[in-house]
Amino acid sequence: MGGLSNQLLVVTIFSYVLAMMAYAVEYAFGPRSLVGQRVLVGAGGPASSDISDISDSSVGARRAGVAAVGLTVLGYLAHLGALVARGIAADRAPWGNMYEFVMTATLVGVSAWLIVLAKWRNLRHLGLFVTLVASILLSIAGMTLYVPVGPLVPALQSYWLVIHVGAAATASGTFLVGFVAAAMHLIRLGHDQGKRNFPYSLGERLPQAGVLERVTFRVHAFAFPIWTFGVIGGAIWAEAAWGRYWNWDPKETWSFIAWVVYACYLHARSTPSVSRRITSWIAVVGWATMLVNLFGVNLVASGLHSYAGV
Amino acid sequence: MRWIVSVCRRAWRQLTSMRTALVLLFLLAVAAIPGSVLPQRNVSPEQVRQYLRDNTEWGPTLERFYFFDVYASPWFSAIYLLLFTSLVGCLVPRFRVHFAALFRKPPSAPARFSRLPASVSDIAPVPAADVVSVLRRRRFRTVVRVDGDVTEISAEKGYLKETGNLVFHFALLSLLLGVAYGSWFGWHGNRLLVQGQDFAFCNTLLNYDEHALGARVGEGDLPKFCLRMDKFAATYLDSGQPVTYKADVTVTQAGRTSSHLLQVNDPLRLDGANVSLLGHGYAPRLRYTDKYGKTHEQVAAFLPKDGMLTSDGVATFPDVNLNPDTGTRDEKAQIGFSGVYLPTLPSDPSVASSAFPAEKDPRLMLQAYQGVLGFDAGAPLSVYTLDQRQIDAKRLTKFGDPIMLKPGEKGTLPDGTTVEFVGTEQWISISIRHDPGQPIVLGGAVALLAGLLGSLTGKRRRVFFRITPTAMSAGGLPRGDYPGFTEEFDAIVAAVAPAASVPGQVAQTDVKEVV
Repeated sequence: MGGLSNQLLVVTIFSYVLAMMAYAVEYAFGPRSLVGQRVLVGAGGPASSDISDISDSSVGARRAGVAAVGLTVLGYLAHLGALVARGIAADRAPWGNMYEFVMTATLVGVSAWLIVLAKWRNLRHLGLFVTLVASILLSIAGMTLYVPVGPLVPALQSYWLVIHVGAAATASGTFLVGFVAAAMHLIRLGHDQGKRNFPYSLGERLPQAGVLERVTFRVHAFAFPIWTFGVIGGAIWAEAAWGRYWNWDPKETWSFIAWVVYACYLHARSTPSVSRRITSWIAVVGWATMLVNLFGVNLVASGLHSYAGV
Repeated sequence: MRWIVSVCRRAWRQLTSMRTALVLLFLLAVAAIPGSVLPQRNVSPEQVRQYLRDNTEWGPTLERFYFFDVYASPWFSAIYLLLFTSLVGCLVPRFRVHFAALFRKPPSAPARFSRLPASVSDIAPVPAADVVSVLRRRRFRTVVRVDGDVTEISAEKGYLKETGNLVFHFALLSLLLGVAYGSWFGWHGNRLLVQGQDFAFCNTLLNYDEHALGARVGEGDLPKFCLRMDKFAATYLDSGQPVTYKADVTVTQAGRTSSHLLQVNDPLRLDGANVSLLGHGYAPRLRYTDKYGKTHEQVAAFLPKDGMLTSDGVATFPDVNLNPDTGTRDEKAQIGFSGVYLPTLPSDPSVASSAFPAEKDPRLMLQAYQGVLGFDAGAPLSVYTLDQRQIDAKRLTKFGDPIMLKPGEKGTLPDGTTVEFVGTEQWISISIRHDPGQPIVLGGAVALLAGLLGSLTGKRRRVFFRITPTAMSAGGLPRGDYPGFTEEFDAIVAAVAPAASVPGQVAQTDVKEVV
């Protein structure tokens, strides 16, 4: 079962990389995004949608886009299989070490992406960035973080592992999609302001800034309570494991920092005087704190969470 | 005087503004970072001392600015206290407004519905009671106002949003109170507990290796109980990874004795204190026979250095070589051993670290020292290392060659005295803690999450109907960001009026993005 999991992970990474290439083909050669072009609908606003733009769309590029979604789904299934096989092989929740945690968090990220895709179909070519981040993270996991299947150290033998780490992985994966949307929003904003250098040059084919911004907010509003729940669950577990619910060890500190930054994002988003550019930057900073927490703290700092290391 | 009032008022308004709160939140995040980079005294005091020894240039400056006590530092406290002050200043007026809103009827309908984000006009009129029942079924708070032959219905829903918002923020305050209460009335201590009746421990401050009492806790407030560790068992995979730790302990409290199994993640919850298992290790038992044939025994807990439980520590014998004839002893001939214990000797003997955490092929490597151990100097000494100052000053010197012993073996020192490695005892390290603030913090955390969910999912919106004998019109006003409002509004209108009679020109003046 452990071997099967490893093979499925290889299939997963290949599928995501191929999907990424297919998304890139569509991104490069496809029509400009249809999203947000029909701005004013209904009373007053003239229907500004440009039909000729749609008919121009190259069929090949659209096929590439459809293939990309297919490959993403294929990779997703292999990803799910790899995780389930890992869980069966170890006979426990498959997020007991950093390798498994990254696998779980990226799976959640791709799930969140597929949900976003089902809801806003025209965001399809954003999959380029989601598969890019997912394949990078999974490759890092496979190459440097891999550990053989094994039972948990005593410190992790608790049902709180399922709750606390499960919530943390879910929130991390969702924040990942939120970060992609926030970054796209900033690129699009820059493009709208006339910046044409990289990465703003990518902005041309992105959906309208307002749409990206709204997706950013909704994804974060979904992830934040899960993250809060994960941190609270961690505190309850810490009380049982170490006798103290909050120890300010590096992992806890960075979870706190990430929580504060994302709280900042939500507050700024609900304040009309704060521009949406700033709020999206806060979301990007939030994702940076998540990365510090995952990689920086696990690999560099030593603390009570040190078994969460490689 | 007036000038002072106006400055204060402006400062207060500034402090309670959202911008200030955002800046303070961000500062809070930034201020928390040093605590994750530098060792912190409340977590690892030993590492702080080590850091100060290694960084003589920067250390004292960092120390002066509380960088080793970040979360208790004046600047960190200042940020969160300002933040909470700002929070209170912001919340109290909002609470008052919302409290009033909860008991107020929805406001009267605006004159022109066409100005609202969603509206529809010229529908065939239906009885007001039908409209009200549709709205009430959808859990709108509904009020009917009749003026002549015009009936106006105002309905509002989504109070949960602001309620949740307020609950969330007040829950944050309760967290702060819970933490403060716990730190005033709580206490904790750590203790290394060797197995056996000889090493049983009773809950008094003297018996702790380290401890901290809350500001409002006296020594006499500690609950009375005694703990004994009877047996410790660990199981490992072949790779050396631990699978289980189990400690059998006996507790005596209030005259009753009971046995418990203490495990990681399964603390022993006594009356007024929780005992958690944090770590474990080996304590070699050494028997030293001095020049006059007198034996001295010591069990010295060694601290593990790695996952395979390579452990080091010291055994000291300050009272040896008492001449039975004269009743005096040579104070410069005290004996100490510095040792490394390997539970399993590695196959490559040049590697001085254990090959496995369990005792498969144990070896104790000892280096004897003779001289003045330095116990009388009064300075606090670690019980896990010899006093380096004495060694540096040549008052304590190496005595003979290193010795490697199996359990039961004896080694001989240059003066003919012997040391026997009798065997090992297991030890566990435990944390004993009482935090009466915990229930408050837990309750606060649950309320916080509930409030958060309410505030993020709730959507405040108003719906109005105006019914005249000939026609009916409706308008809707979402308050805040609510992309699905027009769908809901359409559904309400469709439920109120038979579909056929809706002209189907739901006007929208807002920008609708096609996604």
